This record gives sequence, structure tokens and C-alpha cells, in this order.
Amino acid sequence: MYNAKYIAPGILIFLALFTLPFWYNFGAPKYERPALALPVTKTDCIEPRDVMAATHMQLLDTWRDMALRQGKRVYVSSGDKEWTISLQNTCMTCHVNKAEFCDKCHNSNSVSPYCWDCHVEPRGNK
Amino acid sequence: MFVSLLAVIGLGGIGWLIAPYAPYLFGVILPLAAILVFLSGVVWRIKNWGNSPVPFRIPTTGGQQRSLDWIKPARLDSPFSRAATAWRMLLEVLLFRSLFRNTKAEFKDGSRLVYWSSKWLWLFALVFHYCFLTIAVRHLRFFTEPVPFGVGLLETLDGLMQIGVPRFYMTDALIVAALLFLLCRRLFDQKIRYISLPGDYFPLFLLLLLVGSGICMRYLGKADIASVKAFTMGLATFAPISPAGLPSIFFIHLLSVTTLLMYFPFSKLMHMGGVFLSPTRNQPNNSRAVRHENPWNPPKKYHTYAEYEDDFRDLMDEAGLPLEITPEQAAAAAAKE
Repeated sequence: MYNAKYIAPGILIFLALFTLPFWYNFGAPKYERPALALPVTKTDCIEPRDVMAATHMQLLDTWRDMALRQGKRVYVSSGDKEWTISLQNTCMTCHVNKAEFCDKCHNSNSVSPYCWDCHVEPRGNK
Repeated sequence: MFVSLLAVIGLGGIGWLIAPYAPYLFGVILPLAAILVFLSGVVWRIKNWGNSPVPFRIPTTGGQQRSLDWIKPARLDSPFSRAATAWRMLLEVLLFRSLFRNTKAEFKDGSRLVYWSSKWLWLFALVFHYCFLTIAVRHLRFFTEPVPFGVGLLETLDGLMQIGVPRFYMTDALIVAALLFLLCRRLFDQKIRYISLPGDYFPLFLLLLLVGSGICMRYLGKADIASVKAFTMGLATFAPISPAGLPSIFFIHLLSVTTLLMYFPFSKLMHMGGVFLSPTRNQPNNSRAVRHENPWNPPKKYHTYAEYEDDFRDLMDEAGLPLEITPEQAAAAAAKE
């Protein structure tokens, strides 16, 4: 190979960069899906559980718009159940601990929502 | 164009309709195989290029070469030293300087041929490549635990506008705009359309599918990213788990990435590695000062005049030709030994 003294390091840099996830995680403990502290009192959320897992951020955004911009405080879920639109009084009555519920997934997936810039974060029993 | 479009639509169809029913094949086996094909394919192509000799020194120049002391040389556009060549390469790779020189030929007022400086290709190519880089780095959040600080910083910057939930990334819109420009350029400029091949359209359509499914999954179709990360971390730690249960849109996205990785080493996308090996860019313009040896030249056989005279000394002497060493001198030298 011609110019091997330039090409060989180049190939090594390419391989190192593009296999970064493999060696970054090398020797780390097996990744487990974050275990959330689910409410003990209730089993059903506003919408079915998998819908909430995927779209809760959009629901919260809709709720923010309905409550603050349109003045509507009642949300009818897909199960025809009525909910009061309020983060403090509806969501946080069951999900009492931000660190053990919200933060687990958010930190693991590098999501940084700005809910708590305004709202008071629930700290469970502390 | 239509072949490429149909191929990509077919891929999307497979991802949408078939892949969710064979999650282990499409989620684990094919992606891991694709990574292997990508890495080994790229190394193989580069090695292949490295084995090709460059017979001539062929730098393209865009300025005055180094000459007399009082003539100002264009150090970057006609680099003489190795350092200047390295700078030229660096700017080429990071800022696409040769695309910046792009011109467009057009007939004006019927018959007058005019060359315009056309910067749009340069601009959108630059936008596309940097958006793609940003998006690729952002995806590290699915492949690392804990997520490195820089990735979070990049996400914050990319979503700095804080539009909507989940936060809108500027690169998502920019990359679609750039891809559409690059596609429309091929479609609506007759001269470029004439020279465009399926291999030019396919990567564009494939990237549009890749980017489109990704955007759709983030803002519209919605996948539960906690499940996605559990799956992607399985791939990154070689402890794969089946992606069964994830939505179809995720499979479309995954299949388009798999295809991209497998297609990459065998396509024009190899310009990623090729740009570093461009002989017209990476050689200094010093052919008047440094001799360039063609590596494939056979070893030279010399027959010097002294040897020639040795062969024909007696005949030359007979013919009365002038000699550097006469036969008598040669005989004396032989007797000495």
C-alpha cells in the first residue's frame, strides 16, 4: 500500500470513531430499562399505559394549552373518563416523586424537560 | 430516478409491513451484519485505493504557484509545502472549498453564454453534512449509558428555540430542506438531470426515508424511547434483545439505517473516505522542485558510455574514433589487476 503511514492511522481513527458505542459500553453492567416507582394506590393512568409512555409529553403540552390559553380545565380521555387538567392536582397526586419516576427515564435517555422551571417538583415523602 | 424511488418505497413497505413480524431478523441480525459490512467494506475500499499508485503529481491549482521571491504565491490554492497542503485538505474537508467555486453555465438573452458563481450547492451541501453529523452524534444518547455530557449539550443547542414538546430540533428541518434542494437540483436542472444515475437518486431518497421516519417517530408516530433505548443498548453491548412490540415506524427507520450502512461502501457515499485520498487535493504543487517518481516504473537498466566503450573499444579504435581509454591503457589496467 502506498502512503501507508498516512492511510493506516486514518483507517484506525475511522474504526475507533464508528465503533465508539461498542467500546464506550465495554465492561459496563448490562443496561436495564429504568425501574420506575409506580403509584401504589392506582393502576390506571389517564390514558392506557403504553400510550402514556410514548405520548405523555404531548398530553402535558395539550393540557398546558387547554388550561392556560383556553381556560378549559376538563379533559375527556379515550376511555370517556373526565379528568381535571392540573399537573399538581391530577398527575402529582399519584406520581408523588420526581426523582423516582420522571427523572429515571429522562436521565437515562438524556431528556431535559423544563416543566420544573415553573412547577414545584414533587419530592415524595421527603 | 423512478427505479431508485421504487426501491426506497419498497424498503419502506418492507419495514412497515414485514419487519414487525420478523423482529429478530430485522432488528438484530441485519443491523449487526450491516455494521460489519460497513466497517469492513470501507476499510477494503480505502485499502484498494491505497494500493493504486499515483503516476504523476497532479494537484489542481487555483492560484499563483511558488516562484520568484517578489511574486506572491497563493499558499492555499497552490500549496508548496506539506503544511500548506494539510491546511488545504482541512478546509476542503470541513468547509468544502472546491464546491464554493461552483459555477453555472447559462444562455442569457438567447445566445450569450454566461457563467454564474453558484453558491447554493455549496451552502446546502454544507448544511446537509453538518446536520447529519449533529443528528448522528445526538443519536449517541441511545447507545451510551451514561449519556456523555457533550451529547446533552448538543441537544440543548439544537433545540435552543424550545418550540413544542418534544422540543423541536433545528437540524431536523434543515436536513430535510437540504436534501430536498439536492434532489430538486437533479430533477429540475436539465443538464444535471441528464448526467444523474440511479446511484445518484437512491442515496437521496434513502436519506429522505431515513430522516422522514426519524422525524415522524419523534413528533408524530411516537415510539416509547425507554423501550427503544433498552433495544439499542442491547445492540451496543452485544447482548441483543428482540425489538418486538416497537411500532412499525421504528422498523422503517431501522431498516433504512441498515440499508444505508450496507450500501455505503459500494456507492458514491464513499466520498467520506475518498476525499482524503483525492490526488488533486492532497499533493503539494512542487513538481518543479521535487522529482515525483512513478511507483510503477520498472527498475531502470543503465548502460553508461564507459560500459559502451568497454564493449566496442577495439572496433572503435580500428575505425579511428576518439576514445577516453585507449586499448593500451585498458590492457595496462587489466595487467595491474
